[in-house]
Amino acid sequence: MLELRALRVDLGAFHVSADLSLTTGGITAIMGASGSGKSTILSAIAGFVPPSAGQIRIDGADVTALAPGARPLSVLFQDNNLFPHLTVAQNVGLGLDPGLRLTPQHREARDVVLTRVGLDGMGDRLPRDLSGGQQSRVALARALLRRRPWLLLDEPFSALGPALRQDMLALLRETTRDEGLSVLMVTHDPGDARSIADSVCMLADGVLAPPAETQELFANPTEVLRSYLG
Amino acid sequence: MTLGVRIGVAVASVVAAALVVPLGAVAWRADGWDGLRPSDWGALRFTLGQAMVSAALSVLLAVPVARALARRRFAGRGAVILLLGAPFILPVIVAVLGLVAVFGRSGPVNTLLTAVGLEPVSIYGAHGVVLAHVFFNMPLATRLIVQGWQAIPGERLRLAASLGFTTRDTFRLLEWPMLRAVVPGVFLVIFLICTTSFAVALALGGGPNATTVELAIYEAFRFDFDLGRAAMLGALQLILGATAAVLSLRLALPSGFGAGQDRVVPRWDSQGWAVRMQDSVAIGLACAFLLLPVAIVLGDGIGHVTTLPAAVWWGALRSLVIAVAAALLTTSLALAMAIAATRPHGGWIEVAGTLSVAASPLVLGTGLFLLVLPVANPVVLALPVTLFVNVVLGLPFALRALIPAMRDLIRDYDRLSASLNLSGWAWLRLVGLPRLRRPLGFAAGLTAALAAGDLGVIALFASPDQATLPLVLYQLMGSYRMDEAKAAALLLIALSLGVFWLFERGSRDA
Repeated sequence: MLELRALRVDLGAFHVSADLSLTTGGITAIMGASGSGKSTILSAIAGFVPPSAGQIRIDGADVTALAPGARPLSVLFQDNNLFPHLTVAQNVGLGLDPGLRLTPQHREARDVVLTRVGLDGMGDRLPRDLSGGQQSRVALARALLRRRPWLLLDEPFSALGPALRQDMLALLRETTRDEGLSVLMVTHDPGDARSIADSVCMLADGVLAPPAETQELFANPTEVLRSYLG
Repeated sequence: MTLGVRIGVAVASVVAAALVVPLGAVAWRADGWDGLRPSDWGALRFTLGQAMVSAALSVLLAVPVARALARRRFAGRGAVILLLGAPFILPVIVAVLGLVAVFGRSGPVNTLLTAVGLEPVSIYGAHGVVLAHVFFNMPLATRLIVQGWQAIPGERLRLAASLGFTTRDTFRLLEWPMLRAVVPGVFLVIFLICTTSFAVALALGGGPNATTVELAIYEAFRFDFDLGRAAMLGALQLILGATAAVLSLRLALPSGFGAGQDRVVPRWDSQGWAVRMQDSVAIGLACAFLLLPVAIVLGDGIGHVTTLPAAVWWGALRSLVIAVAAALLTTSLALAMAIAATRPHGGWIEVAGTLSVAASPLVLGTGLFLLVLPVANPVVLALPVTLFVNVVLGLPFALRALIPAMRDLIRDYDRLSASLNLSGWAWLRLVGLPRLRRPLGFAAGLTAALAAGDLGVIALFASPDQATLPLVLYQLMGSYRMDEAKAAALLLIALSLGVFWLFERGSRDA
């Protein structure tokens, strides 16, 4: 359970608020226009932006004051998910130990996960030698390996072409379900939300609405969704 | 990162204290205005006067060279740009030796003058000081003014061409306004550099008409052992330096090595043969002026390297140790300070690190001497003090290279590091050092080269058995052993450029 209790984030004159809870398991999409504050609310949950009021609770524990790395979650950003000077194996290994002191068991787990995302035998390459889709797979592999219960994604795979993005979304859905991860992803694309999200939170006028079941929401769009879809 | 920030804040505090305490000692020990002799006021007048003339000449000579470089593309243009950057790490005493070889009594210039029946000129005295300053600062002025030229948008020049502008029209309507905006800043920067001149004045100046304040401090110290007067002169130099620093804060100080100077804006107005000729002459003369002195030193010196006395080799070893130690210390301190300076409320750290711009080496040296005197024989500490001064003087350059790189690193990868709990030593090992190795290598190379070639505070403290290579070289010149001096200069160039190259290159490969 991820709870946002009377959460409010202020960035200058701009503010976003949320008061809702997300159940564990499945994929939730936060959808809204660009500039509506989707990334801001995600950054607050991840711990990069301190909220001005309210609480963030994950599985009953208050994480509002925890450092980003100490929260029970992993994050995939829009870009800069990999250190360009570290190899694929090192980038993934950081998910097991930030000091990269890996035991043989660690290395085995890392190689299993690399195979899982289709990067078998590419551990020695540098990110610049990979395609955009492969780079996304490396970042996903690391998130899977960290085994934090929640995975937050900010406009994931937005730099990829449509076909590659569909592949990645499918892989995301499959792997996180297998590993039992709960996913919260920010997107502006209704297509993405419809294709993989179980539920959708609409963000408009600085307020994040509680989750609504995806099929139901698109079958009977709310006022907010209607004006967003145009 | 919080530990890193705390270390950085501590380092910055120590650096600030290390600057402020010696300066405080200078102010406290100073005799007051009555302690100054008329000759000391003469030194102040000369310092300001020669700086004015040196800056004016440097800028005047730089304009045609910069113009030529901005509008011509030719084979070897990159090499010329590189050559213009070289004086920055060329040891001052080597350049002085080279200028003596070219403009001295038996040099080619005077040989030519006597051959056509003219009076020979002397390199020693006020005009020698100015000549050496122009040698060092004309290239700097050229690089800065070239940047101004390249900032003229290509669209403007295209428009000018479509309107049929002549070279003269382009100059009046486009280039002159640019120069009016750029030149005052360049002039001020060079003026400031020239007010802290010590090694040039030591080797070429002296006497009632060519003594700078820095040289006067040295003489009050070394010849009169009048500490009160030396301190008062130090205070005077400090006021000069602080005023200069405050003035320069209003200008963006140029970095020693400009980037992006390989672009030539296409020009349609400068194709006539007379203009081409003029540009070729400007570039040719500038290169000859910079290359000839060093070439003569190297050419004459190479035959005498094997017969150099042991003192020279010992001096080289001391300089090498100081250079490497200064490079490692400066980059470590600068890295810690850059980590803290790029965090919220870290702005003062950058200021603390650049304070040394206001404090000249001789003033710092005087302060340290005063502090050490009650507890130990300062002469014993000549080398540690030299190391200390070079570390402090290298810091502004190192910070200028590191802080922007650190800002980029934080912007691009700080969230990723935080989300992976990557901090402290693991961050330094896996992210900080690998991502910052280029600016770190550059800072280390620059500090090492400057420290290897430094002839400043060491002249104040050292006894003969502690001399560094630049000081040995100066002493050889003083006893007119010119061949050995040139061989030692060759060694010093190899040392300075060598350490720069090693650090800078080393940070690129692997």
